Amino acid sequence: MKCHHCESQATVHLTQIINGQMHKMDLCEACAQEKGVTNPDNLSIGSLLSEDQSKVGAGSASMTCESCGTTHQDFKKGGRLGCEACYHVFRPVLEPLLDGMHAGIKHLGKVPSRTVIKKGEQENEELLRSQLKQAVEEENYEKAAELRDRLKKLMTQSSASA
Amino acid sequence: MFHDLFFSKTKGKLPKPGPITLSTRVRLARNLSNFPFPGRAQSGQKKAVLSKCLEALGKVKSLDACTSVELDELSELDRQILVEKHLISVELSQADESGGVVLSNDRACSVMVNEEDHLRIQVLTNGLDFKKVWKLADLLDSGIESNLDYAFDQELGFLTACPTNLGTGMRASVMMHLPGLVMSKNMDKVINAVNHLGIAVRGLFGEGSDASGSIFQISNQQTLGESESDILERLESTLQNIVYQERMAREKLMEDDGTRLIDKISRAIGSLKTCYLIQSSEAMDLLSLIRLAADFGHLPEKFRALADRMFIEVQPGHVQLSAGQPIEPGERDRLRADTLRKEFQRMPQLNLDAQVD
Repeated sequence: MKCHHCESQATVHLTQIINGQMHKMDLCEACAQEKGVTNPDNLSIGSLLSEDQSKVGAGSASMTCESCGTTHQDFKKGGRLGCEACYHVFRPVLEPLLDGMHAGIKHLGKVPSRTVIKKGEQENEELLRSQLKQAVEEENYEKAAELRDRLKKLMTQSSASA
Repeated sequence: MFHDLFFSKTKGKLPKPGPITLSTRVRLARNLSNFPFPGRAQSGQKKAVLSKCLEALGKVKSLDACTSVELDELSELDRQILVEKHLISVELSQADESGGVVLSNDRACSVMVNEEDHLRIQVLTNGLDFKKVWKLADLLDSGIESNLDYAFDQELGFLTACPTNLGTGMRASVMMHLPGLVMSKNMDKVINAVNHLGIAVRGLFGEGSDASGSIFQISNQQTLGESESDILERLESTLQNIVYQERMAREKLMEDDGTRLIDKISRAIGSLKTCYLIQSSEAMDLLSLIRLAADFGHLPEKFRALADRMFIEVQPGHVQLSAGQPIEPGERDRLRADTLRKEFQRMPQLNLDAQVD
């Protein structure tokens, strides 16, 4: 199968449902990267297609996740979201629900280490401190030492930039 | 056969269940980044998730001795057996494609793939021990995460298919035997009270199952807005309160109308020794009374262990397995009765001089 944009072998195969219509697209790795396909947050086949065909309208005004096709109606009916991007799309309707469902609306638990490393610059002092406190309470000294080092690094970075 | 692999007896490896709390479990819901959740995923995406997860799980050190199985390879009976052993959920057992499970050989850990979420990491132990179970689950989770990218949001935590699992993705639960509260008709009150604290009470097999055998699964309902240790602490203090209420209820039953209770227990022994046809729910209720008698000291301790083992053995899938061939429900009731008669044949008379627990 050939890439939609160039002649290379397509390795990324996208399927999206937009306004109830299924759209498929095959891309090579390089084009997929270039079009931001690897980041589902702002991925839309609609916008990819419209570059070439300019006939597919942008996402409709009604709430639909362009990444997986879940509609507000689907969510209301089944109570489940379809993918991580849904959490951005449905945030406005989700927030009041979460308030009633949970003890709070901000995550205060474990943070996956890879996520923190990946978003290193966004490392949050407050979050690190609370994790450190928890690690000490749990007598998980190995983890505590790692967190302490990260906190130290963050402090030197911020004082250097200041 | 598949079940021979897991279902040989693991004697003495796990701590003994306590009188009231049978077991503790922590379950973490996780999803991979860049893949739709299983409910929305295409067949190919599910397959990709399964192979990615199995590969990542294969690299986890704490899962050294484990077996991984794709659900497609299992017969319906195998799946049912895993459900009855609480190793997989009913939902996963009904998965149509690309469902998988990795089980540690000591059966303490199981990781389900492509259930409601891409990964459901579960750690189980006997008795009440949240600290140990959480530590193991945390370690296992970190091990898996070092080989995969999780769907995670700084504000909302781990992103799950159902927003009720959002945040920590952690559901901690215990299995409790509460015959005192059931017989004194106080269980509804307890359920109402703990519901207000964000804690759920369900039957033996989770959502929608009944409470035969007076066994209940009690778990946190809220997963966002608190740290894992805060959730566990709050749950544990509620559970200790329930244990206290159960003890009080048992004492009061014995004090107010001890003869009636002894009569019930003694008749349960009679039924177990003499039945020729028995359904699983009746069997569970009789076994619950045997367990209670052991707690009171009216029967030797080993009968509590026997009752606990039989709670699982009387389940439909296990009876079917012991038959070695497909059988009708009526035949199952006969076979179940045969097993119980044999197991309880040597049960002694109640020792009524024993101290009340």
